[in-house]
Amino acid sequence: MSERAPKGASIVFETVGKAFTHPGGGTVSAVDDVSLTVEAGAITGIIGRSGAGKSTLLRMANGLERPTSGKVLVGGQDVGAAQGAALRMIRRDVGMIFQHFNLLASRTVAGNIALPLEVAGVPKTKIKTRVADLIERVGLTAQADRYPAELSGGQKQRVGIARALATEPKVLLSDEATSALDPKTTQTVLELLKDINRELGLTILLITHEMAVVRDIASHVAVIDNGKIVEAGTTYDVFTAPHHPTTRAFLSGVLGVTLPSFLKGKIQDTRPVGPAEEVIRVTFAGKHATDPMLALLTRDLGLQVNILAGAVEEIGTRPFGNLLVSLDASKGADARAYLERHGLLTEVLGYVG
Amino acid sequence: MSANLINLLIEATGQTLYMVAISTLLGTMFGLPLGVFLAISQRGELLSAPWVNKVLGLVVNATRSVPFIILVVAIIPFTRAIAGTSIGTTAAIVPLTIAAVPFIARLVENAIREVDSGLIEAARAMGATPFQIIRKVLVPEALPSITLGLTLAVVSLIGYSAMVGAVGGEGLGDLGIRYGYQRFMPDVMAVVVVILIILVQLVQSVGEWIAARVDKRAPKGRGQ
Repeated sequence: MSERAPKGASIVFETVGKAFTHPGGGTVSAVDDVSLTVEAGAITGIIGRSGAGKSTLLRMANGLERPTSGKVLVGGQDVGAAQGAALRMIRRDVGMIFQHFNLLASRTVAGNIALPLEVAGVPKTKIKTRVADLIERVGLTAQADRYPAELSGGQKQRVGIARALATEPKVLLSDEATSALDPKTTQTVLELLKDINRELGLTILLITHEMAVVRDIASHVAVIDNGKIVEAGTTYDVFTAPHHPTTRAFLSGVLGVTLPSFLKGKIQDTRPVGPAEEVIRVTFAGKHATDPMLALLTRDLGLQVNILAGAVEEIGTRPFGNLLVSLDASKGADARAYLERHGLLTEVLGYVG
Repeated sequence: MSANLINLLIEATGQTLYMVAISTLLGTMFGLPLGVFLAISQRGELLSAPWVNKVLGLVVNATRSVPFIILVVAIIPFTRAIAGTSIGTTAAIVPLTIAAVPFIARLVENAIREVDSGLIEAARAMGATPFQIIRKVLVPEALPSITLGLTLAVVSLIGYSAMVGAVGGEGLGDLGIRYGYQRFMPDVMAVVVVILIILVQLVQSVGEWIAARVDKRAPKGRGQ
């Protein structure tokens, strides 16, 4: 199916808002004035807590929800304004996968994958060959005649992916597709999505509440909080230099830099009187990620630095490190200035008396 | 028991089967689409038409509120208009069908509403029309429940069919009343009851067997 690989389409949210009206009057704004461009052919992650509006935003990209203000353009077509047959035609260019897979229990693997093709009125013989291709693509040849109840979660999501790809869409929307899966299965499903993105060139827009998912496959990320995009950019930039507290909160879970529990109770926001330790998060990005900065700090400023937690990882292919250290609070400002001068990012997390 | 009585019993069983079969068939023909419509026409559903839904719901409830024996006599003019006569076994099919339609509609409505809304969403995301969603998603997914519901409907109709003697409908119930009760022949009554029990058991078993066959929701140790 790669011989006529469809090109991905961009998704543009233009000052999009979505307000829900309660039956008893009063409105709740789920998405508020969001402007975001999802690049064609890229994998973009939207991350947010539950209730942040990410699901509503995603569902506006295929018209499952309609914006109450602004525009949603997929490949230049206005999804929010499309109706009836025109909307259904757009939807065939936009595949979607779901957290709970949403497979028909009454149909086999092959039958489920055939459904969007039947809906699109593809001739039976063509459906057969196309379904066989897709089943092979997602590695379920042995399960073709099984029913969803007989499959594992990972296998079900593979069926979901094959079904979403059946009509050769330009965009794939992923609604928490790995949230119901165990970590190992999550990895294999993410790998499959990455392969598909690379081979077919289609745009993938995914929503998740797990930063690890974004780190592992997304080249771009947008952080949504309370219906607004609070931060957006390449995954590397957002991970290495997060600005918004929500972003930092999400990152603290994924980068192995949460405070050790013995410190959690003791840390305070203001510097106490008398001798104290300052707890600093140091972020190493780019070429500095592998520099022996702490050794240099000790040598040049004569400081004793305690390492509390840390991790070095890769985002894409670029190294990126994160350390939690504590040092003499009276020298804190000097140390931070020194580190910043050398291209590292610092953040004061608090003080321990 | 005389050969004559045995013949009567065989004939009556055939008449009961005839009435129940035709009224189930007609009841499903009208009840299935009505039930689907009731399920999907509520506010915010696939074919949102809350007012039509409300009116139809009222009609269905009203019909179901009328005791069957009263329904039978109340609609005699209607029965005559449809069947050409208001007495006899064929005429009895009219009230049986009128009773079956709302009953089956409610059973189908419940079965359709049990279908996971995520499946409707997935089908909408594929670009399916409402009619495609009904035909390819809702009805097939609800089929195990619909089958069990129809089984229940058939069992109820077997019971109702015993009352149509009031308008000259024949069948097992009528035989039981006329011979077993009015002519003091308890052995006939006993045989009628036994045949009815066997019929209901058969219907129930066959219904459950079919429902299990079409139900793919739980794994069933299919041979590798």
